[in-house]
Amino acid sequence: MAKETIVAIVTTNKEKVLYSGPPVFYAESKEEAEKTAMLLSKITLAMIHDVENECFIIVQH
Amino acid sequence: MENSISVIFIAIIMGTLARVLMIRVDYRQYPSYPQSFVSHLILGFVAACLGAVVTPAFLTKDYGAVTFLALATAQFKDIRSMERDSLERLENMELVRRGEAYIEDIAKRFEARNYVSFLTSFSVCTISSILNHIFELEVFLLLIVEIVFGFFLILFLKSILKPNTIADIADIKEGKIHFKGPLLMVDEVVIMNIGYQVSKDIILEKGMGITIYPKDENAVATLANIGQRQAIIHNLASQLGIRKDVDEPDFTPLARREPSTGNISLFILTMNNIPRDGIVIAKNVPVLESARRKPDGSEKKEG
Repeated sequence: MAKETIVAIVTTNKEKVLYSGPPVFYAESKEEAEKTAMLLSKITLAMIHDVENECFIIVQH
Repeated sequence: MENSISVIFIAIIMGTLARVLMIRVDYRQYPSYPQSFVSHLILGFVAACLGAVVTPAFLTKDYGAVTFLALATAQFKDIRSMERDSLERLENMELVRRGEAYIEDIAKRFEARNYVSFLTSFSVCTISSILNHIFELEVFLLLIVEIVFGFFLILFLKSILKPNTIADIADIKEGKIHFKGPLLMVDEVVIMNIGYQVSKDIILEKGMGITIYPKDENAVATLANIGQRQAIIHNLASQLGIRKDVDEPDFTPLARREPSTGNISLFILTMNNIPRDGIVIAKNVPVLESARRKPDGSEKKEG
């Protein structure tokens, strides 16, 4: 199994992410968050996961 | 002496024929290209030659011929590692991997097919040499005996080596793809978490879900093997065409298991979404030797 890494987090609620290792991108709206997440995932060849608490995590599989 | 030359000659032909009949060229399996087709024919011919000369050498009291056997096994082992190496080297270039278990299975199968070549020419030659010794048959009659015996032997070995397919151990039906929040589900099995709405829409529209229902306890254990599942996915992807690129991990085909029943649900996004074709392909996937399990112990030997 390959090692899975969270490469970035995109959130619309700053309160939800604490002491993040990977970079956190703040977005004003859900649409903006989705777009940022999509662009980041294309660059890193990683996958967008929705953790359903106003955060998207971008994970390399 | 002339007898034995024609006996050897026919034995070599029968051995090579065994290899020819066992080469399957299709898009699913290696070798699907003219180059490896030729090289395997030649290797089969070499194996047949090795097999054919052992008995005649013994009959002329040349006991050094045993070394031929050692040579043969070394050569066949080489074939296995040759196949393994080349498939492993190609593995990184596949969008959907074969998986190590499948590669090992293919490599083993190639080795075994060469043994068949060897065994056929060896047995044919031995039988006819013995007959020749005892009955002193006409050359013509001897050759006919050789050919008939050779054909039956080839058919027999071929039927022994025929792999089981998934259709023998499981029922396959179309599964329903749906989303529960971000979770992609096929029937009631969670496949993965997809956060990107556009991908979700494409998957709902074009994705194919297949569920495999194992027939018995043994099948449950066999299908649990990750290599076996990867082989199914690889075959589906290579025959239906995968709709995915390297920067689209959302569309990676995956097979997940429902722990309570052992059912396997898999999701794949193909170029042509025809579930009927997918089911036929999945049914024809060979059961990997390394994946086969028999936990119910029905075939346990005494002692």
